[in-house]
Amino acid sequence: MIEVITRTFTPEILTYLLGGALLVIELSVVIVACSIIFGLILALLRSYDRFILGRLAGAYIEVFRNTPNLMWVLICYVYAPLPTAFLRCSFAFVLFTSATIAEIIRGGLNSIPRGQFEAASSQGFNFVQTLLYIILPQCFQNIVPTLLSQVITVVKDTSFLSMVAVAELMFRSRNALALLPRYTGQTVGIQQVAAIFGFAALIYFIINFTLSCVVRHMHKRRRTASRKTEQAA
Amino acid sequence: MIEQILSPECWLVFLADWTLFLQAFGVTVMVSIAALALALALGVVFGVMSTSHYRLPRSVARAYVEAIQNTPLVLQAYVFYLALPYVGVMMGQVSVGIFAVGIYHGAYIAEVVRAGIQSIPRGQAEAAASQGFTYVQTMRWVILPQTVKIILPPLVNQMVNLIKNTSVIALIGGTDLMNRTNDWATSGASIYGPPFLVCGVLYFLLCFPLSTWGRRYEERLKKKDHHAEQELKKLEEELS
Repeated sequence: MIEVITRTFTPEILTYLLGGALLVIELSVVIVACSIIFGLILALLRSYDRFILGRLAGAYIEVFRNTPNLMWVLICYVYAPLPTAFLRCSFAFVLFTSATIAEIIRGGLNSIPRGQFEAASSQGFNFVQTLLYIILPQCFQNIVPTLLSQVITVVKDTSFLSMVAVAELMFRSRNALALLPRYTGQTVGIQQVAAIFGFAALIYFIINFTLSCVVRHMHKRRRTASRKTEQAA
Repeated sequence: MIEQILSPECWLVFLADWTLFLQAFGVTVMVSIAALALALALGVVFGVMSTSHYRLPRSVARAYVEAIQNTPLVLQAYVFYLALPYVGVMMGQVSVGIFAVGIYHGAYIAEVVRAGIQSIPRGQAEAAASQGFTYVQTMRWVILPQTVKIILPPLVNQMVNLIKNTSVIALIGGTDLMNRTNDWATSGASIYGPPFLVCGVLYFLLCFPLSTWGRRYEERLKKKDHHAEQELKKLEEELS
């Protein structure tokens, strides 16, 4: 097995696969950053606009939460008005990730007592100021763990992009198996497949497990903090 | 795309093949149901195991959940479809879909079940034991029935995700609704609008009633049962 590993992971194959891992991270960062901005707008509209825009935001969220992401990837890959495959696929991901994140943010907004609005307006804050200085900071502090879990989902779901020709880690792993005989002179057997897929699994696992440990740590800290306030009260 | 949706000729070409899409929709529904059954079975077993007093079942359940939740479903489907044939296990795309999706969501449901069991006060298990219930009987008749009420909302959420994730079959070339739509659209007349619209509507029809029912149930539960509201909040925090 060790011989298989040293023969399989030649520098070319290794850089090829790690390039895929880098693309996964790039995609995830772009997708999550854009989705938080767009999701925030959707959540604010759905929570605080009782008229057309709020309804539209609600409909948007329902549509994208109840259809598979792969469908939007396939549609946007052909039709999104953006120059590169990377951007078109990120666009598809932002479309439905923002719907999920909007629901997370809305949950955070709902958890803040309405009295805070009244208190702020009694101090002369207008609506935008209240949101900016009082509501949103508390909301985001509450939802950071849930948002991080969503990041894990995004990292994993980028593997759906191997269906269209975006050379992320999963696509490259499959391709590496096809390239293996030419580059290393090995016939592909279970050991080679296990080595390549195992390597891909390890990379995903390292990224996601780190994130989920951060989530767990935050929960723990919060629980001890809330216990302390209970004891103090 | 919009012009195609508005053009009657495109719809005529599309509707000539409607049986293909109906068949593919049938595959998606069938895989969803079978995978859900598998996921529920695995979820209950591993969820109960992760609340055990003994170390071994606890670590086995932990390993299963961490390994599955931290790697992509696509990778798992590739392992079933591309790696297992080398050790002599051959499966069709549909069975790969059922197993991959079932095992993947089984891990999520196991976490839901675990959090649900832990939300039931310990005294209940002790009381049941004092009445002569065995461990399995306690779980079956006392603990699990009580968890159902509060784990339903996250469970329904998982069901919706499960239905959406059956589209992973498209990546290994099976004929589910997603792949049928993409194949049909990219081959021949390259008509995208009508098939993708119908595909989206069909998935929506499967998922929307479920997710709406789940949300309504949660709202009703919160309104009438303050105790359950607290438990639900703790459960959601635990699961995120």
